Amino acid sequence: MTAAHSVVEPSPTSKRVAATLVILYALITMVPLVWIFLTSIKSPPDSISYPPKILFTPSLEGYCNLFTTRTRQTPDYIASLPPPSNLCDEVTRERNMVIAGPSNFLPRFANSLIIAFGSTFLAVGLGTLAAYGFSRFKVPLADDLLFFILSTRMMPPIAVAIPIYLMYRQLGLSDTALGMILLYTAVNVSLAVWLLKGFIDEIPREYEEAAMIDGYTRLQAFRKVVLPQATTGIAATAIFCLIFAWNEYAFAALLTSGTAQTAPPFIPTIIGEGGQDWPAVAAGTTIFLVPILVFTILLRKQLLRGITFGAVRK
Amino acid sequence: MTASHETLTDKMTEAAVRATPQAVARRVRGLSDRAIAWLFIAPTIVLLLAINIFPLFWAIYLSFTNYRANRPNAVVQNVGLGNYERVLNDPDIWASMQTTAHFVFWTIVLQTVIGFGLAFLLDRKFRGHAFWTTLILIPMMLSPAVVGNFWRFLYEPQIGLFAYAVSFLTGIPTSEIQMLGSVNLAPWAIIIVDTWMWTPYVMLICLAGLRSIPDYIYEAAEVDRASNWRQFWSITVPMALPFIMLAVLFRGIENFKMFDMVNLLTGGGPGSTTEVASIALKRAAFEAWATGRSSAFAIILFVAVFGLANIYVKALNKVKQR
Repeated sequence: MTAAHSVVEPSPTSKRVAATLVILYALITMVPLVWIFLTSIKSPPDSISYPPKILFTPSLEGYCNLFTTRTRQTPDYIASLPPPSNLCDEVTRERNMVIAGPSNFLPRFANSLIIAFGSTFLAVGLGTLAAYGFSRFKVPLADDLLFFILSTRMMPPIAVAIPIYLMYRQLGLSDTALGMILLYTAVNVSLAVWLLKGFIDEIPREYEEAAMIDGYTRLQAFRKVVLPQATTGIAATAIFCLIFAWNEYAFAALLTSGTAQTAPPFIPTIIGEGGQDWPAVAAGTTIFLVPILVFTILLRKQLLRGITFGAVRK
Repeated sequence: MTASHETLTDKMTEAAVRATPQAVARRVRGLSDRAIAWLFIAPTIVLLLAINIFPLFWAIYLSFTNYRANRPNAVVQNVGLGNYERVLNDPDIWASMQTTAHFVFWTIVLQTVIGFGLAFLLDRKFRGHAFWTTLILIPMMLSPAVVGNFWRFLYEPQIGLFAYAVSFLTGIPTSEIQMLGSVNLAPWAIIIVDTWMWTPYVMLICLAGLRSIPDYIYEAAEVDRASNWRQFWSITVPMALPFIMLAVLFRGIENFKMFDMVNLLTGGGPGSTTEVASIALKRAAFEAWATGRSSAFAIILFVAVFGLANIYVKALNKVKQR
């Protein structure tokens, strides 16, 4: 009468049903992402044809349009130009287009890199120190301070954006990379402290105590014993901070307008002639999403901690 | 004999005392532990005070004035509680709060049901479950702004994949599938994208909850011949409840602040059908430049989130203690 499988091991049938449903959901969920990529390698007419084209001749025009600014010209004018010097030139000439000026994508993308990495470096640095402080020492009002650090995340970004906008205007920080780095550091440091405190709590105190008995000072013990032990945690925290700063939109849209603008507010503003240039937008989106896809796969095991402030551990 | 015994204990005690961290700390050259603790924590606190708390207090101050950020040289007058009165009596603001509540409610219901369902299925640990889990988790790692912008393309009635797919499945002509342009459909367009993006988040937390239930409870239930249905409602759901509630808390706070996706998909329109609180706040602060009034609105919002979150956390703790 006993089943072939153990009580807690689901039956093969239930596994098969579960697998089917999950795979179905995963495939549906992936459709928009696959569509973004497909659109990025379509020619503009293919991208807006109806019914949507699944089979098409791939074109790199979207990527060319993203990195250059092009405009349509008469065939006579194109013919009068010197011969094309590279692939991008060739593709554009075929469609009677010439490069009219540099595109803004690269500087915006560079801003994203500078601001994301800068703020991550600062947030993780400050966060590691503070997390060690909270983890190892009796700090007066530690619980209140930790809750205060967490509560800074409850404020809608728009609400803080008004006074920060005014403050930055006074300090000359508006629309500067430094201003955005400081702002994202402040937002990320709360996550960094909470996550890293969890990681450092797990390193036995005995390690430092042993090192200190051997004659290390507290700071040496921190540097030579705790930091190496916490490397994995620090790396995971850094990637979470990086992803947040990379993806952030509200502050970037409200506080930057030109020189310090990052990619998220910029990508939607890419306009072609006669409406939005969807292949170029899709190309920008694809390039922008690639690092996040890589990080998601790398972070698989740490994901739960990162998204719940370390409140749930696996 | 007693004497030697005593000296031995004394020696042991002495060695033990010397090994305790306090004793070690006393011998430490340079900085004391207290100084280090302070030195380590202070920079973070200072940064948060400068970039979070100072602006918050500035916003509180501004909320009592008629200051306008686009006229920095005008004379600033104290208007007392006038701004708060105006905000609380403004039907548009109440409408935006209602819209927000509508979004928060439906996104949480959909994400919790689908997310828990997926977690329940994934808990079966079929072959390749880790791969599919990772695939499902991708949407929540993306930038809501970039995602929102791209969904705008998918929703386009004449060229978009979404309209085509719905039309293909139901036979409704695509011209009638105006997801972002129709008053009735626009809120659902946003709810669909938010659910697509954040269901994985709820799923992940629920999965952690399900994996935390020890096997022996199910074994005991099996011995007692409890039906699968009974096991689900008496073991699975209650044991996973704290995790589900935590997911709801995080999603609730985030969706209460929802801005990026709405701003890119509809910008609050058509009319003001998708004007959530954050969009209303942005319009008041950065389009109407009513800095004082929008600060009052911001403070009211913050107090609301903070208050609701606190009440909810109390309930969560009660569930945890059960």
